[in-house]
Amino acid sequence: MKLSLKVWRQKNKEAEGQFKDYALSDISPDMSFLEMLDVLNEQLLAKGEEPVAFDHDCREGICGSCSMMINGKPHGPESMTTTCQLHMRKFKDGDNVIIEPWRASPFPVIRDLVVDRSAFDRIIQAGGFISVNTGNAQDGNTLPIPKPDADSAMDAAACIGCGACVAACKNASAMLFTAAKVSHLGYLPQGQPERQRRVLKMVEQMDGEGFGNCTNTYDCEAACPKGISVKNIARLNRDFLKASIFG
Amino acid sequence: MKLESNIPSGPIEQKWDKHRAEVKLVNPANKRKYRILVVGSGLAGASAAATLAELGYNVDCFTFHDSPRRAHSIAAQGGINAAKNYQNDGDSIFRLFYDTVKGGDFRAREANVYRLAQVSVNIIDQCVAQGVPFAREYGGYLTNRSFGGAQVSRTFYAKGQTGQQLLLGAYSALSRQIGAGTVTMHTRKEMMELVLVDGHARGIVTRDLVSGNVESWAGDAVILATGGYSNVFYLSTNAMACNVTSIWRAHKKGAGLANPCFTQIHPTSIPQHGEYQSKLTLMSESLRNDGRVWVPLKPNDNRAPHDIPESERDYYLERKYPSFGNLSPRDIASRAAKEVCDEGRGVGPGGRGVYLDFSAAINRLGEKTIAERYGNLFEMYERITGENPYNVPMRIYPAPHYTMGGLWVDYNLMSTIPGLHVLGEANFSDHGANRLGASALMQGLADGYFVIPYTIGHYLAGVKPGSITNEHPEFKKAVEDVKGRISTFLSINGKRTTSSFHRELGMLMWNNCGMARSESSLKEALQRIPEIREEFWNNVNVVGSATELNTALEHAGRVADFLEFAELMCIDALERDESCGGHFRTEHQTEDGEARRNDEDFCHSSVWEYSGDTSKPTLHKEQLTFENVKLATRSYK
Ligand SMILES: Cc1cc2nc3c(=O)[nH]c(=O)nc-3n(C[C@H](O)[C@H](O)[C@H](O)COP(=O)(O)OP(=O)(O)OC[C@H]3O[C@@H](n4cnc5c(N)ncnc54)[C@H](O)[C@@H]3O)c2cc1C
Ligand code: SF4
Ligand code: FES
Repeated sequence: MKLSLKVWRQKNKEAEGQFKDYALSDISPDMSFLEMLDVLNEQLLAKGEEPVAFDHDCREGICGSCSMMINGKPHGPESMTTTCQLHMRKFKDGDNVIIEPWRASPFPVIRDLVVDRSAFDRIIQAGGFISVNTGNAQDGNTLPIPKPDADSAMDAAACIGCGACVAACKNASAMLFTAAKVSHLGYLPQGQPERQRRVLKMVEQMDGEGFGNCTNTYDCEAACPKGISVKNIARLNRDFLKASIFG
Repeated sequence: MKLESNIPSGPIEQKWDKHRAEVKLVNPANKRKYRILVVGSGLAGASAAATLAELGYNVDCFTFHDSPRRAHSIAAQGGINAAKNYQNDGDSIFRLFYDTVKGGDFRAREANVYRLAQVSVNIIDQCVAQGVPFAREYGGYLTNRSFGGAQVSRTFYAKGQTGQQLLLGAYSALSRQIGAGTVTMHTRKEMMELVLVDGHARGIVTRDLVSGNVESWAGDAVILATGGYSNVFYLSTNAMACNVTSIWRAHKKGAGLANPCFTQIHPTSIPQHGEYQSKLTLMSESLRNDGRVWVPLKPNDNRAPHDIPESERDYYLERKYPSFGNLSPRDIASRAAKEVCDEGRGVGPGGRGVYLDFSAAINRLGEKTIAERYGNLFEMYERITGENPYNVPMRIYPAPHYTMGGLWVDYNLMSTIPGLHVLGEANFSDHGANRLGASALMQGLADGYFVIPYTIGHYLAGVKPGSITNEHPEFKKAVEDVKGRISTFLSINGKRTTSSFHRELGMLMWNNCGMARSESSLKEALQRIPEIREEFWNNVNVVGSATELNTALEHAGRVADFLEFAELMCIDALERDESCGGHFRTEHQTEDGEARRNDEDFCHSSVWEYSGDTSKPTLHKEQLTFENVKLATRSYK
C-alpha cells in the first residue's frame, strides 16, 4: 500500500520543529508501524538524510519506549495497543498519517519523536517502592494474599510507563501513571506500612514536575495501551485524602 | 591468562556457606569510601546496584535506555524457577541443581549451579516482599507452573509478564536508592570502552546518546550486567538495542570470553513473515504446558489444520520423547521442529512453521481458563498474525533467544581482569550448553541480589579506595580512542546502511552457525565474516554528526563489534568438535538425530583470549569435573 506521512522533525530540545512530508509505497499490511518507519528511515539514509529518531526497543508492547501520536492519538487508532504492536493492516491504501511526539511540557522533546520522560522515574524515586533491603524478607508464603487482591495489584502493576496517559490528557496530568503504582502497592499487605507516606510523596513529586491536575475526563484510560483503569485514580484520591488528614 | 575458578573446597552443599564465612569483608564504615560502577540496569544490574548501595557502597549505574525500567529483562514472559517445593511434588535444591546441570548438557560448573539453586528460594521471598504480584491460588498462596526440562512444578510467574514484574521490583529498589542519593543513575549513556590501570578494571568511557559527549568514569571496581548477544543473528527475540559491545570491549582489553558458540534457539517464536522484519516475537514456553505441537504426517500437505484428521497428524514431540513430550528442553524441541520442516512437513509460508494447538486444552479446561493463563500472549499473537489462536492453532518456529556464552567468571563472578565482575546473561556461568526455561531471571537476580554483594568485598578489601581518578592518562587515552572510532564511522561516507550490514551478518550466522553447524558451514562463515567487515569499514554510510542524538551512529558501533565478535563465535563452534546442548554439529549425532557429546575431549569450557588479531585468538580451557551429577547421555525419552 501507499501512504502519505507528515512527520514532526526537530533537531534538538532548543530547536524549533516542523512537519515534513514523506511518501511511501510498497508498505505491506503485515508490517508493524515501527517497521514502516524503519522502511522510511532506510530510504532517508540512502539519500544521505538523517533518519527520524524515535524511541523503541522491545517491539513487544512491554518496555514502554515507543511513544508517538498517530493521527492525534497516542499509540494510534487501535485501542489497548502500543505503537510497536500496531500493524499496517489497520490502515488503508492511500491514507494520510500524521506522526508527532508526545505533547506535554513535563516531557520535553529531545529530537523528532523522542521525548524526555525522566519525570516518571523521579515520581517513582520519591516513593514508588516498598522499603525492604535485600535479605530482610520472610518466606514468600508467610503472608497469604487473597487472590482478588493479588490480581488487582497485578492489573495496576501492568503499567509500562509509556506516558500515553499524559499525552492524551488536556491538562497533561500524570494521575493514571501515579495512581497505578499507588494502587499496585496499596493492594498488597507488604505495601501497607508506607501507604500514607508513599501517596503524599509521589503526589508532591508529580505536582513538582509540572504535571497538570486531573479533571476526570478519562482520556487517559482510553489511551492507555495496558487498560489501566481510572478506578485507580479514585483509590489514589481516597488514599491521599486520608493521608493528608491523618498523616 | 590464568583461569582460577576459586571454587571453595568441601562438599557441594557446604561450599557457599563456607565461602561466605571465609571471604574478606569491607567494614561498614569503609564501604562508603568505595565507588562501584555498574553497567546495565536489567535484572542483574538493577538488583546489584540497589543491593550494593543498601550495603553502603557508592554506586554509579549506567544504561543506554532512557530509564532503568526499559531493560530487555522487561520482556521475559514465562516465569522464574525456585526450589521452594511449595507444590510438595518432590522438588529440592538438589533437583533444581541436577536439572540445570543436565539441561545444560554437562557443560556448566557444578559449584556455581548448586549455589544458584540454593539462593533461588531467597529470590522469591525478596521479590514478594518488594510487592511483586506473583500469581496466587484462591487460598492466597503462591502458585506454580511447569517449564521445559523439569518434571516438577517450580516456576513462579506473574501472568505472562514475569520479567516486567521482577524488573519493576528491582527498579523500585534501585529507585529508592537513587532517591536516597546512594546510587547515581546515568541514563542514555552507552559504555564504549573499559579502562584498565595496572591491569585492574578501574573505569569506563561512555557516550551520552543525547549530547554526544564522550566522558570517562573512575571507580574501584566495575560490574558489567549488559545482557546477551543474540542480536548477532540480526533477527532474534531480543530487544532491538541488545548488543555485544560492552563484553567485546572488555574482551579486547583482556577478559576471557567463554563458550561464545553456546547460543539458545527458542522453539516457540512467531515465524518470520517478511523481508523488512525487524525482530521475532517469542511465544512463551509456558504455552507448551497446554499446547500440543504437531505437523501433518505427510510432506507438502496444504490442507487447513482443521481438515487434517487426528490420524494424519504427527505429534512428534510426544512421539519421540514420551516422558517429557511437549515439555522437552528447548534445544531438543527446536531441532525437532527444524527436522520436520526439513522433511517438507512444515506449515505456513515457506513451510517454516509447526502448529502449537490448544484445542484439546480448550475442550478440557474451557476457553476461560486458557484465557486466564495465556490471554495476553494470545492477544499478542493475534495482533501480529491476524489469526485467532482460540480457533486456529498457532504457528511457531525456532528463533535465536538467549546466549549461554559470555565473559568467563570465577566463583566470585570476577572475570580474568581483576576488578571486572560480570553478572546475568553477560557472563558464561550456570547454564552450560543449554539454558532451561525460567532460569535466566533466576540467575540474573541471584547474581545481583545474593552473590555479588558478598563476593565483591573480597576484591575490594585488597584495594585502596579512590586511589585512581579519571585524570589518569589511561582514561584520557581511552576517551581519545573512542572519539577516534566515532569520527572514523562518520568519515567513511560509503553507500550501505548499518542495518544492511547487520542483516547480512545475521543471515550468515543463522544459516552457518545457527541451529545446526558443520565444519564446512563454519569454514565458509569464517571466510565471509572478514569480507563483510572489510566492506563495512570501507562502505558504510553513517549520516549526521557526533554531537547529537544519532541513532545511525549508535548502531554503527554495535554492528562493528558484532562483526568482530561473530568471527570468534564461529571459531569456537568449529573448535568444539562435538555436539552438546544448543551447539549441534551435524557431524556428531546419533542415529536418531540426537546430539552426541564427546566428554573425552570436550568436557571443558573454552575460554578465548584476545591476541591482538581477531582471527587468531588464544584458547584456554577450564576443565569441568562432575562429582555430584553423573556424566551421562542426556535423555528425555
Ligand atoms: C522475549 C524473551 C522472553 C524471556 N522470557 C524469560 C522467562 O520467562 N524466564 C527467564 O528466566 N528468562 C527469560 N528470558 C531471558 C531473560 O529475560 C534474560 O536473559 C535476562 O532478563 C537478562 O537480564 P540481564 O540483567 O542480564 O540483561 P538485560 O535485561 O538485557 O539488561 C542489560 C542492561 O544493560 C544495559 N547495557 C547493555 N549494554 C550497554 C552499554 N554498552 N552501555 C550502557 N548500558 C548497556 C542495557 O541498557 C540494560 O539496562 C527471556 C528473554 C526474551 C528475549
Ligand atoms: S498508565 Fe497506561 S498510558 Fe499511562 S504510563 Fe502507564 S501504561 Fe502508559
Ligand atoms: S517498543 Fe517496547 S513497548 Fe513498544
